[in-house]
Amino acid sequence: MKGMTLIVKTVTRWVKVFIFLYGIYLTITGHLTPGGGFAGGVVIACSYILLTLAYGREFALKNLSLGKASVFDSSGVLLFLIVALLGIGFGGIFFANFLQARYPGEEFALFSSGTIPIYNIAILLKVGASLFNVFVILSILRIVVEKDGSKKMVAEGDREEE
Amino acid sequence: MNMALLPSMVAIPLGIAFFTYLLARKSSILADILGNLATFSILVISILLIKTRGVYVIGGWNPPIGINWVLDGLSNLVLVVVALISFAATIFSTRYMEQYTARYKYYSLFLLMVGGMNGVILTGDLFNLFVFLEVASVASYALVAFGCNHEELEASFKYLVLSSIGSTLVLFGVAFVYGATGYLNMASIGGIMATGNQNTILTVAAVLFIVGFCIKAALVPFHPWLPDAHPSAPAPISAMLSGVLIKALGVYALFRILFNVIGLNQLYGTLLIVLGLLSMTVGVFLAVGQWDFKRLLAYHSISQMGYVILGVGLGGYILATGGSSSVAALAILGGIFHLANHAVFKSLLFLSSGSIEYSTGTRQLKEMGGLISIMPVTRTTCSIASLSIAGVPPFNGFWSKLLIVIAAIQAGFHAVAGITILVSFITLISFLKVLRYAFLGELPEKLKNIKESPALMGVAQAILALFCIGMGLLLLPGPREFLLEPAVNALIQGVEYARIVLSGS
Amino acid sequence: MIYTLCFVLFLIGLYCAITKKNIVKIVIGLTLMEYSANLFLILLGYRKGGVAPIVSENMNITEFLATSVDPLPQALVLTSIVIGLGVTTLAIAICIRLYEKYGTFDITEIRRLKG
Repeated sequence: MKGMTLIVKTVTRWVKVFIFLYGIYLTITGHLTPGGGFAGGVVIACSYILLTLAYGREFALKNLSLGKASVFDSSGVLLFLIVALLGIGFGGIFFANFLQARYPGEEFALFSSGTIPIYNIAILLKVGASLFNVFVILSILRIVVEKDGSKKMVAEGDREEE
Repeated sequence: MNMALLPSMVAIPLGIAFFTYLLARKSSILADILGNLATFSILVISILLIKTRGVYVIGGWNPPIGINWVLDGLSNLVLVVVALISFAATIFSTRYMEQYTARYKYYSLFLLMVGGMNGVILTGDLFNLFVFLEVASVASYALVAFGCNHEELEASFKYLVLSSIGSTLVLFGVAFVYGATGYLNMASIGGIMATGNQNTILTVAAVLFIVGFCIKAALVPFHPWLPDAHPSAPAPISAMLSGVLIKALGVYALFRILFNVIGLNQLYGTLLIVLGLLSMTVGVFLAVGQWDFKRLLAYHSISQMGYVILGVGLGGYILATGGSSSVAALAILGGIFHLANHAVFKSLLFLSSGSIEYSTGTRQLKEMGGLISIMPVTRTTCSIASLSIAGVPPFNGFWSKLLIVIAAIQAGFHAVAGITILVSFITLISFLKVLRYAFLGELPEKLKNIKESPALMGVAQAILALFCIGMGLLLLPGPREFLLEPAVNALIQGVEYARIVLSGS
Repeated sequence: MIYTLCFVLFLIGLYCAITKKNIVKIVIGLTLMEYSANLFLILLGYRKGGVAPIVSENMNITEFLATSVDPLPQALVLTSIVIGLGVTTLAIAICIRLYEKYGTFDITEIRRLKG
């Protein structure tokens, strides 16, 4: 049986959604309470890491493959940069908060800080995807001794197929 | 108007870095195109910005609350140098990197490094400087290890450990400055220092900054990583590391903080002179005995960085002791000009060594020989760069060394001038050895079938060689006012920097 | 002074990075040094009995300013922790690769470069 015991699997099945939602909550209210994109991204990456631990890597990678994760990773950065550059277009200055200047919300409301939630979402994409990538890549590699004594690094999945 | 272009100096390299990572995974030609496009566009923008001076306030938050980017003479000069060298390096990479796989990762890391360096050069905020410092450093650790062979990984690990210690010291320095003044904005700290406030905590911070940035700049007691890391990297990366990275991250940041933020006194001036002299002599003596071409060049980098530190440190010492300001200006001009010159000729030497390695497959001087008939382009550019680094008259290296020697004699440091000339002679001997063993003599049997390296690599070398010949012209009164004079003034003004920056915003 | 403890931690990290032969332990030493710098920054902004620097509704701003701790070092530390994460990850990746090439974590056996 891949992964951990039934208890862990069942608990994971119940908990994973809440962890994921908590990450999203931290991100979108990041400008009001402690949290923000980085904390949210770490929490979301943790939910995937929990899946990896409980069900095995294949299950987690079926949900979010490494390629897809690095696409999220790069697009997070690009989103951040595009919003920052839009600041030049609309506000005249790099990183200008042009949305707040136009639509000033009520203080302490969810939509009150213009572009900051967008930055938080971009950071969430970046941090979540890259942390998951780092975890999987560092955990997946195994060093195998070849027949002629030389050492080679392979992904663990490949070795099992041999 | 031109100030609006300033963010693109950082935004373009960072944006295209991730764009390349996202899109150019399958096609290495697309990666080549994007990489060259990015470096070419920052070269154009940096030239457009030459006459611009001013302060760019990020996000509209004025200092000391927000982060500001400052464009003055010194940052202009270093920006142009970085853009020029990275453009030449990317042209060279299009053919050279064919030996490696995963070209999109290479360009992605390369552009991250360029973006980090531009950020270090532009920023006017201490912590922002630390962040960009780390962006550029982390990219360079990965680039040194890019080949994933024994030597590369070992060199990269050594570099990572030493450089991380340097970064931690810089972070401690930032913390001390924040604790002592309550500001992170360089101009605001400079404003406090300008009122004559001498604080022992800030002296500690200055020492931490000096040690941290000297590790990044590989000055002599802190140099052991450089001769391993620079030769192990792919040739265009060696050119970037030796040509601009140690300058932008180490020397430029050190000068900016010592001159403009903390303010120079006699102690720091003496320290810089001693470090400069040590690096010059130790570096060159270690270099003479080397037979690995790139390792020899790496040791010469240490020695030549000594000239830069010595020139500027001499100027700072004269200023701090109340000597003649024209002599100080001359010394600083020599140092700054040598910084630009060294970037050009050392990158050219590393590119030439890469070109030789590409054709012959070896870096050992003893295994080469007789390449004069086979590789005419590389031979010409390599000779020009060698004569330039040794300080032979028509080339650029001569003029900056001459300025430093004249300044040292006028200031009464005759021994320093003597050592400078001596080191220059040893450099000449060492490069005559290179030219003799690589290009003259018998062609070894196994190198009979090699060809000149591809034309695009030759183009990159030719561009830099032209600059080697022509950069002496920058000292003429007309062009001097464009680049060099403002750069010198930026350092001489010292903590006046604060007033200019704060009023400009 | 509590700041001295940061330097003790820094020196422990430095000692670890310099004297240990195992490259993984060297990386641990590096992270210890980073943490000491982070701790130092946090302590700079700390105020005894201060409140968390979060503004919420119905709060007296002047009273809040008089009692809250300095939020700036916390932002700085968050950034430098992220940077530290990146550096550590890269270092560990290089360690794994080194083990693949040399078959050992011992720094005295990883010696191909000379001069």
